[in-house]
Amino acid sequence: MVFMDFEKPIADLYDQLNKLKEMDNQGEMDMQEMVATLEKKIEVERETLYKNLTSWQRVQLSRHPERPYTLDYIERIFTDFIELHGDRNVKDDKAIVAGMAKLDGAPVMIIGHQKGHNTKERQYRNFGMANPEGYRKALRLMRLAEKFNMPVICFIDTPGAYPGLEAEDRGQAEAIARNIYEMSQLKTIILCYIIGEGASGGALGIGVGDRVYMLENTWYTVISPENCSTILWRSWDYKVKAAEALKLTPEHMFEFNLVDGIVSEPLGGAHSDYDAMAAILKKHISTNLKELAKEGHKNMIKRRIEKYRNMGKFRVLES
Amino acid sequence: MSWFKRLKEGIQTTTKNKKETPDGLWYKCKECKEASTMKEFRENFYKCPKCDYHARIGSKEYFSIILNPGYTELFTNIVSEDFLNFVDLKPYKDRLDEAQKKTKLVDALAVATGHIGEFNIPLTIACMDFAFIGGSMGSVVGEKIALAIEYCIKHRTALLIISKSGGARMMESAFSLMQLAKTSAMLTLLSDAGLPYISLMTDPTTGGVTASFAMLGDLNIAEPKALIGFAGPRVIRETIKRDLPAGFQTSESTLENGFLDAIVNRKDLKNTLENMFSMLGVK
Ligand SMILES: [Zn+2]
Repeated sequence: MVFMDFEKPIADLYDQLNKLKEMDNQGEMDMQEMVATLEKKIEVERETLYKNLTSWQRVQLSRHPERPYTLDYIERIFTDFIELHGDRNVKDDKAIVAGMAKLDGAPVMIIGHQKGHNTKERQYRNFGMANPEGYRKALRLMRLAEKFNMPVICFIDTPGAYPGLEAEDRGQAEAIARNIYEMSQLKTIILCYIIGEGASGGALGIGVGDRVYMLENTWYTVISPENCSTILWRSWDYKVKAAEALKLTPEHMFEFNLVDGIVSEPLGGAHSDYDAMAAILKKHISTNLKELAKEGHKNMIKRRIEKYRNMGKFRVLES
Repeated sequence: MSWFKRLKEGIQTTTKNKKETPDGLWYKCKECKEASTMKEFRENFYKCPKCDYHARIGSKEYFSIILNPGYTELFTNIVSEDFLNFVDLKPYKDRLDEAQKKTKLVDALAVATGHIGEFNIPLTIACMDFAFIGGSMGSVVGEKIALAIEYCIKHRTALLIISKSGGARMMESAFSLMQLAKTSAMLTLLSDAGLPYISLMTDPTTGGVTASFAMLGDLNIAEPKALIGFAGPRVIRETIKRDLPAGFQTSESTLENGFLDAIVNRKDLKNTLENMFSMLGVK
């Protein structure tokens, strides 16, 4: 198990627990009762800790190295997944995976950022930072979904679109802008989940939908706390403060009406129980697809545009 | 066709009646460091008379360069609010107050409606002001673009958006991010209404502005030598850990890479836009 710095009290309890279990195994003393007490204590500690997470701790959890990624969810929620590659122009971007699959027997199109579980994988996936080709692959497959009337399900988890030379030369900005534009009027259901990091345009590039939900230990805003700290505080050291100031948690985002709801995670976070998390998500997706399927495309698009039209806070002076 | 004659005639018409700045002051060029008189500078469309460097100008200047006299500024009563109580080194509220005092602008974008050229083509312009918190896009910028688009649809006018921005306004956090979606979604409605939209990118056009309306014109054009990109040069340099090649993220490279229809010198802007809009048509 990998513990975050703020999970130190729990990590310490786990150390104690392991020692007790070892003593028990050696058969010198019966530790069963103490083990049970300690396990209970860990549970209670964890519950308190997770109830009072700060914004920065949420950011840390969203980046937990053991957190489930798009392919982990695809494997557990859908059947018959066929991965589809390439933007038909430059290449296949590994930071965004996409493909068709079935949910309870019905076809859907899945598009999501993909990170890696180890160093080699992380490099292969470019740390979930897509190039323009990733966004263009996504758009190509959204169009395909529209043509064959499949709902689109997006899993968002990116520290941002890749800021590289080739990315700029091949039109990173245009690719993201085009996706946002086309998703506004795509004639099929679009359901989006922030499953980890929701950083800026790189997230929004596959993040415009009829309904957008955030998992409990995720964040979504215009810039990462680190970059915000560098620009506004002119120092790398204010990331915790920046995370607070940005009000980037699911609770804030829901309160602001910028997302449609929050999906709760198993105690200890999504990484503590992949299967439980996937089961929650599967049920959530099915329910939402059923609700959205009742509405015609015309109405749905009208409402989608109205939703985004109304985002923003400002003052209107009396003239 | 009369197009080509007018292209030449129209050049010097707009800045002649702008006398509010006292003459005799000098303009020192940022690029070539040469000095010219303010009068020469203004009459040269706020470009350096020596090296043609396009100095950064504001919405008022663009409106008077492009629109025929008698245009109206719209939606001036929409102002930013510090609804997140955002404090970094300074409270956002103070930054807003200071920017308003310093620039005499309400926010980083102004909208005007009027006509362009001798055929009086109805045109609405939404123009960003870099002087106001780096031309950053917050809720007000997004709302004014949405209102401008609705105005275009209701009154059947063409749309020009002039971008000049360092990106999204961080002090409005996710609200500023969602302006990318808001403005882009509204542009689909303008397209449905069959009305033309030209995006003019000026120095600098970066971040969330480039990743939304700036790249979504029926035609995308730019002034010469503007910085155009998504990620800022500093971030890219830090990522790739080496110097950026010469000419990277300029209007010229953006055109070579296939993302611009044309680069237009500021002195030709009015005539080129009139020409473009008259061909696209406003029905
Ligand atoms: Zn010069």
